[in-house]
Amino acid sequence: MIFMQSTRPAWMERPSRTTLTAKFIVLALIVIVVVYPFVSVLATSLASEQDITNGGGMVLWPVHPSFDAYTTIFSAGAVAHSIWVSVAITAVGTLLSVAITTMLAYAVSRPIMCGRLILTMALLTLLFPPGIIPSYLVVKQLGLLNNYASLILPVMLNAFNFVVLRQFFMNIPQELTDSARIDGASDLGILLKIILPLSKPVLAVIALFYAVTTYWNSFFPALLYLSDNAKWPLQLVARQYVLQGSPMLGSTAYGAAASAPPPTQSLQMAVVVVAIVPILVLYPFLQKYFTRGVLTGAIKG
Amino acid sequence: MATVTGGRLGAEAAAAEYLGRVRPATARSSFWRKLRRDQAMLLLAAPGVLYLLVFVYVPQLGNIIAFQNYVPYLGFASAFVGLDNFRSLFADTTFWSSVRNTVVISGLQLILYFPAPIMLALLLNSLISLPVKRVIQSIVYLPHFISWVIIVALFQQVLGGAGILDHFMRAIGQQPINLLASPPLFKWMMTVELIWKETGWGTIIYLAALLSIDVTLYEAAAVDGAGPWRRLWHVTLPGIVGITILLLILRLGAILTVGFEQILLQQNAVGEDAGEVLDTFVYFHGIAAGQWAPAAAAGLIKGIVGLAIVLGANKVSHVFGQQGVLS
Repeated sequence: MIFMQSTRPAWMERPSRTTLTAKFIVLALIVIVVVYPFVSVLATSLASEQDITNGGGMVLWPVHPSFDAYTTIFSAGAVAHSIWVSVAITAVGTLLSVAITTMLAYAVSRPIMCGRLILTMALLTLLFPPGIIPSYLVVKQLGLLNNYASLILPVMLNAFNFVVLRQFFMNIPQELTDSARIDGASDLGILLKIILPLSKPVLAVIALFYAVTTYWNSFFPALLYLSDNAKWPLQLVARQYVLQGSPMLGSTAYGAAASAPPPTQSLQMAVVVVAIVPILVLYPFLQKYFTRGVLTGAIKG
Repeated sequence: MATVTGGRLGAEAAAAEYLGRVRPATARSSFWRKLRRDQAMLLLAAPGVLYLLVFVYVPQLGNIIAFQNYVPYLGFASAFVGLDNFRSLFADTTFWSSVRNTVVISGLQLILYFPAPIMLALLLNSLISLPVKRVIQSIVYLPHFISWVIIVALFQQVLGGAGILDHFMRAIGQQPINLLASPPLFKWMMTVELIWKETGWGTIIYLAALLSIDVTLYEAAAVDGAGPWRRLWHVTLPGIVGITILLLILRLGAILTVGFEQILLQQNAVGEDAGEVLDTFVYFHGIAAGQWAPAAAAGLIKGIVGLAIVLGANKVSHVFGQQGVLS
């Protein structure tokens, strides 16, 4: 009775047992295929040397769980530093991105002079994005190589997010803003007091898209622009240690007195988990807005 | 409006003046007046416009080096060489092999990946229980938010050298295999990874289109005796054909763009012959090897071909009476 919408409509025939079973099996398989790697990585990151030897590489259930791998990567070396770099880049970048996108989208959502031109300028970037080489040359000319700003400035505005936000702003009833204007509110006042409070859900999704896809997850801008590997963010360090298999522990991290280091496999998987966890934490809060965020731009844009 | 009394008209005009955006611009002073009227908005737009100019449009101008014998210390003052860079590019077999790899991977993804979200969306849409549907959606959307570095790591753990597959093959007494290091399988694996990462997320758009189909159409069809398959064919599919074509056009426009980060991460396991695509060609030849001009030429070709395909496909979809991307 609670899920009234969940009842079968009267016109729909009851599916056969075979259909139901087939559907169930397919969906169960899909869910397993998606979830399995995550579980396996988490388990391996918690596993001991012995578990890994017994499991022949990957582990599904750590028999002797320990957090050694995590304490190790957090206490020393490049991984810990890269986590802070990534957190800082993501925080600053997302803030700047959301601000610049909101301002541009709001301005273009109203009939202002050159509004059409600005809109076209932004949309053309979707059809003809700049190439790798010219972008690199511009960043180099600006003296931003090896500077953290090179991870933010060149990717600060995403045309897709801009379209989503502009469409959302345009759907806000004109009467609302007009009445505020007659009451004497300025353009900026209207943005801050009326538009932004109404746009919280879509702003949350845009912030998530920027934070996750533009900043936290990307490694190529860092590979391109930061030649000094002491400055590398987490994804690039993860690539070095997990995919290319560079030894993670320098001689300083584990002196003669220390106990045996955690197995390499666990360390690598712990790095993977650290890269995923912030996303998993944000995910439940934001996912109910996904559809709105994706659709306003995609269908009407 | 002539019949409206004077007082009313006056009030409306005053309001329009006050709102400032209704009154048509007049004569000479209109530019400055509009500038003053919109100054706050233009200031808001300024950072975004500045960004577009510096990081999008200046780089487009920078494509000019594709026609130069570019030398870094001379910069854009390098000598013009016409189409020489394009000629040497077209004579380069590694360039053509990267184009071929790109198109083959794109083609595989178009055939195998593109229909996947549609099928999953149809399956999800057929679920009656909303809570079950929501849980499955939450799970299948997740991989979209995982970075390529991590996804490649996950795949290596499962299908790579020390993974489950290797384990399984040993257990049944077969030769252990590493699917991710096999050149002939490379293009297929790129497609499998994409399917794993993006199928769930891809359903969002289709699910919304499916939800917007008028339920009375189903009812009417059922009353007229149409079974589930006929309803699928005559009601459901026509309801999502528009959005499918739109996404297909966008996908075609990206035919020379295959997951750059994805391939860059895995190419060295299979070598250039199997794994070089246009983007990695541009990166390795331009940035890593310093052949700036030919690499920029390759990038420019890629951009122009992509644009041409989108515009062409858009035209075709108009011919077939569909809406397309650009109205």
